[in-house]
Amino acid sequence: MSVLSDSLIEDLKKQGVLVTSIEALYNWGRSNSVWPLQFGLACCAIEMIAASMARFDLSRFGSEVFRPSPRQADLMIVSGTVTKKMAPQVVRLFNQMPDPKYVIAMGACAISGGPFKQGYNVLKGVDRFIPVDIYIPGCPPRPEALLHGLMELQKKIRAQKLTGENRAKYFDAAQPGEYPIPSFGEHDLEPSKNAALWSPAQVARKD
Amino acid sequence: MNSQPYLSLVVFAVVAAVFPLVPLILARLWFYFFAPLKPGESKNATYECGLVSEGDARIQFKAHYYLYAIVFLIFDVETIFLLPFATAFLNLSVGAVLAMLVFVLLLVEGLVWAWSKGYLEWD
Repeated sequence: MSVLSDSLIEDLKKQGVLVTSIEALYNWGRSNSVWPLQFGLACCAIEMIAASMARFDLSRFGSEVFRPSPRQADLMIVSGTVTKKMAPQVVRLFNQMPDPKYVIAMGACAISGGPFKQGYNVLKGVDRFIPVDIYIPGCPPRPEALLHGLMELQKKIRAQKLTGENRAKYFDAAQPGEYPIPSFGEHDLEPSKNAALWSPAQVARKD
Repeated sequence: MNSQPYLSLVVFAVVAAVFPLVPLILARLWFYFFAPLKPGESKNATYECGLVSEGDARIQFKAHYYLYAIVFLIFDVETIFLLPFATAFLNLSVGAVLAMLVFVLLLVEGLVWAWSKGYLEWD
């Protein structure tokens, strides 16, 4: 791939010579301008708001511009309980975001349904319908945890490939750009999960 | 002196054209080489609130409300004039009272007109 080896790039950097590739430059740029979609679902949203304010200052990471339109957003922070009533809207908003796009599942509810997991109307994890990149545990997670999650996402973005076999799915025309939107069924969402994304954990029993 | 007084304008125009064009061309090149287009039903949807839009956007709006609001506004303003008129009523000259009465008469005339046209009825 690269003409220069990593050690040579490091040596050059010590001598004050900065070399880069278009890929690294592009990833550096977009990892430092991750614009989240401005929407909150429950109490985690309060922590998200706190993270964007002066004390915790999400803008240090270039991510302060919360966009009111999915067309302009790169990151969906699912901050709170996703009810089954809300799930189609969340998936539709995610579909309307332009690629490359990322999802942070913030808090126990977005990850698994959390304390409301047994509720008949609660989606047991947003990863049943949309691909989640970063999971932030907590109930709710503190703003520092959201900052950590964002930094982990930035690391993930910087490591992504633009071309080649193992390029990120956003740059692969064969990968889907939209995910199926569930509809309200008689008892549950139809379908109740995206089988391509999520399957229940299998318990392996020893005979 | 400067032999080309408008040269700075030309430079300004060129910069103004190139400055937005370069990012647009770069974005187009980027799309051409890297980013595959993935349009879809919900991505191409007009409404971006998460909900599916219902019905036709081209509906008839009740213009009646507009007239109603205009009549309301006029009498709203009239109360502002009537209040100082009422407080200073005893100290006013005859001419001032007549002028105020003409003003009220004009508005009453408008009210009668709106009433006779049936604009005060909401059907």
